[in-house]
Amino acid sequence: MSLVTLAMAGGFALILIGLYGALNNRNILRIIIAFTLANTGVHLVLVAVGYMPGRTAPILDAAVPVDQANALIIDPVPQALVLTAIVIGLGVTALMLAYALRLFASRHTLDISKFTELKW
Amino acid sequence: MSTLTLLMAVLAAVAMLGGAAVAVASKSTPVAILAAGLVSLMASVLFVLLAAPDVAMTEAAIGSGLTTFLFFFVLGRVKEEQDDD
Amino acid sequence: MTNRLLTVAFLAGLAVIFIQLLSGYAPDTDLNLTASYYANQTAPDLGAQNIVTGIIVTYRGLDTLGEVTVLFLTAAIVALVLVHGRALEAERGPKPFPAGELLQTGSRLLAPMILLLGIYVFVNGHLTPGGGFQGGAIVASAVLLLLLTDPMRRFSHRLISRIESTAGLLFVAIGLLGLLFAGGFLDARFLPQGWFGALFSAGAIPLIYSLIGLKVGAEFSSMLLSLSETEDEK
Repeated sequence: MSLVTLAMAGGFALILIGLYGALNNRNILRIIIAFTLANTGVHLVLVAVGYMPGRTAPILDAAVPVDQANALIIDPVPQALVLTAIVIGLGVTALMLAYALRLFASRHTLDISKFTELKW
Repeated sequence: MSTLTLLMAVLAAVAMLGGAAVAVASKSTPVAILAAGLVSLMASVLFVLLAAPDVAMTEAAIGSGLTTFLFFFVLGRVKEEQDDD
Repeated sequence: MTNRLLTVAFLAGLAVIFIQLLSGYAPDTDLNLTASYYANQTAPDLGAQNIVTGIIVTYRGLDTLGEVTVLFLTAAIVALVLVHGRALEAERGPKPFPAGELLQTGSRLLAPMILLLGIYVFVNGHLTPGGGFQGGAIVASAVLLLLLTDPMRRFSHRLISRIESTAGLLFVAIGLLGLLFAGGFLDARFLPQGWFGALFSAGAIPLIYSLIGLKVGAEFSSMLLSLSETEDEK
């Protein structure tokens, strides 16, 4: 078992646990928590895809001379993507929470089975 | 990859998945929120081991810091209201 | 019950796909073309030590501009959704129990240091791990600490929105300067590259990342404030 497989398996497991929680809980807050778990899992898988065994972080300091960077660093692109994704993830979570508060103010409950207007 | 690093990674992964299980299954919502914060913290340890310090900092500051408090603000407001009823 | 069975079946199918992906995965041994371009060209082109920063601020600068716009929209929508409940000062309920002396003194001592750490993190974004987004989150956590100590404290929304919009405008203005004096929109090379590894180096990258840090910090703070300040309609 290597570090990459471990991190990837952890990420996939987090996605599954998060989706299970989102589908099985009735409380809206708990559903949002489950979504953030799945979100973290996706980030973990993406970063693990960029990792290469035996290489180091993409920062050119004393340990990584500029002319050898190509052979010493890991892929920086997934890291930049995940950094963006984490920040946007907080924005999405805040938006979901704001809507949850509005729903609570209008109906005085957070139980998702009580919201039946769009049910058929 | 040294054995020690791998051991740390295994520990972090186990703590992360345990936290996720608690966050989904726990009866009490505050415990679930705290467990979700733990999941983010352990994920940021894994990011450091995966040589992604930038991502680890972001996850630690945003995922386990600000998100947890956003949830607690909302939870506090909901609790207040429910006590009144 | 059927719902739960369906859920488990769906997740089991997903798990099979994931296991397939995982068992066939082998990490690359060489950087792919894009990554190796970034690895070779970041230092001579931009003079930034942190390649991730180089990608976020310059190579994919437009993407980052879009990202801070999305964040701004989110903060605006959160405020808009919650605005109906915002109570006036006089209509608020009884004051909550005041925080202890230790907590108040501690937060007064810590908040400026947290702010300083946040500023350090985003000013040094091109040299060390960190940058505008992390620094902005740390700045917002200083606001959060003050808010937790005294929930009744009022922050100036006007100041926060001024900081936010000024940083955004300057960000776009620097992008336009890059269009005029260097290769294209958000090109950071219109300022001298300086000494590789020094604080004032890498063209306009530290400047742009500091502005992003201010903007992100203001946006996160305003989200936290609007979620904590609103009161329910009575």
